[in-house]
Amino acid sequence: MSKLKHLFSSFTLKDLLHGLRVTGKHLWRRKVTIQFPEEQTPQSPRFRGLHALRRYPNGEERCIGCKLCEAVCPAAAITIDAGPRQSDGTRRTTRYEIDMFKCIYCGFCEESCPVDSIVETRVMDYHFEKRGDNILTKAQLLAIGDKYEEQIAEDRKQDAKYR
Amino acid sequence: MLDILIDFFIIGAKTGLILGPLILAVAYTTYAERKIIGYMQMRLGPNRVGPKGWLQPIADVIKLLMKEVVVPSGANKGLFLLAPVLFIAPSFAAWAVIPFDVEMVLADTDVGLLYILAMTSIAVYGVIIAGWASNSKYALIGSLRSASQIISYEIAMGFALVGVLMASGTMNLGQIVMGQEGGFWHWYWIPLLPLLVIYWISGVAETNRAPFDLPEGESEIVAGFHVEYAGISFALFFLAEYANMILISVLTALFFFGGWLNPFQGIPFMEGITEWVPGIAWLLLKAGFFLFLMIWLRATFPRYRYDQIMRLGWKVFIPVTVVWLMVLAFMIKAGVGPWFAGRGVF
Repeated sequence: MSKLKHLFSSFTLKDLLHGLRVTGKHLWRRKVTIQFPEEQTPQSPRFRGLHALRRYPNGEERCIGCKLCEAVCPAAAITIDAGPRQSDGTRRTTRYEIDMFKCIYCGFCEESCPVDSIVETRVMDYHFEKRGDNILTKAQLLAIGDKYEEQIAEDRKQDAKYR
Repeated sequence: MLDILIDFFIIGAKTGLILGPLILAVAYTTYAERKIIGYMQMRLGPNRVGPKGWLQPIADVIKLLMKEVVVPSGANKGLFLLAPVLFIAPSFAAWAVIPFDVEMVLADTDVGLLYILAMTSIAVYGVIIAGWASNSKYALIGSLRSASQIISYEIAMGFALVGVLMASGTMNLGQIVMGQEGGFWHWYWIPLLPLLVIYWISGVAETNRAPFDLPEGESEIVAGFHVEYAGISFALFFLAEYANMILISVLTALFFFGGWLNPFQGIPFMEGITEWVPGIAWLLLKAGFFLFLMIWLRATFPRYRYDQIMRLGWKVFIPVTVVWLMVLAFMIKAGVGPWFAGRGVF
């Protein structure tokens, strides 16, 4: 009997028609595509994108060259040289470089930083044009920080009570 | 001499009149396919080139034309370049006997159906030669799969068309359509329903379309028989595949759905208000539905396994068609329904 049933359902193409109905219904469903440059998906304030080095409001760079980020970085993407600054003798970095090809965007550097200097911004659509551009230098990182400081500060404020 | 030249010119013009729109239709079938499959997957499909992506196929064509044709080392160059031509020529040639309306046909021949069968099967040579001349194992495997598949389904397809032949009593495509005159219940899709389904599925298999697209199974053999082709030589394969799709759709409309006949024929009110519609519009509408169905199938079903395809073709389709041919013979001899009235002997 069950064999007969199977024969009947396969000759009436029952399962195939059922499948066609599913896709036929989806033809009219709402489309979920996000048209990227014009539309964007919402981002969390904790979004981990391009890195930046921040400054204090008086313009002094935050980084004190403690090298915690370099130590914690699981991909060994951060390279730091540190020493006393010529003008006032405070401990500063002389070199702060992130290899963006090595970076895995885990955010450990940001978490480890005692002075909230290295952060990850919401910027996620960037590119490199020349070989070697993937290594962001201290000047570049500071420039990124200056550019997005408002957004960075706002995001840190929102997240402050959970840290 | 002069009238021969004039004849030649007229035939050339008519051919151009068929092939020009056909190539355009092929281009926009690819667009429709990407759009419809996109919609069925809740995506938008191509929408960047031109308004709503309408220029996408044009951009694709330009891209393919500008690409280099790479002949792989160790390939048989002559055959390698001949194969796409061998593949596309029959799929264009088959259009010669397609009637688009009453008397609107390039070659009104009495062996139209036989000619169609011959043309659709000769394309397999293009596939085999492409696979062999490429000097690539993927291409060879793909072409062998394609060849065995086309040959297997040819039989079921031929049997299904024998049904049409029995029902209409002629091989002239125009007369096959005229035999279905008198409203949509006169069309052959009712008495030949199982043959219609089998013809359609075999047609999908013949054109190597999903779910029967083993010859180009991406997961195992990259792109099958045309894996080594690039640029315009690839475009020819692509063009031929879609021209075949359109051909199968049009043929299904002709054989089983009354071709250019008005579906409202014989319905008192509707017949009057649809009288002005030209026959070719009905044909294109019907063929368009089947083309959509083909794309719909692709969006729905996963690919068959090789042995399943062979089982379906040999152990299901061929017996079913043979049985239905018997049934059909009895129906004709009994003069059943509006289709075979007056042909009964009892």
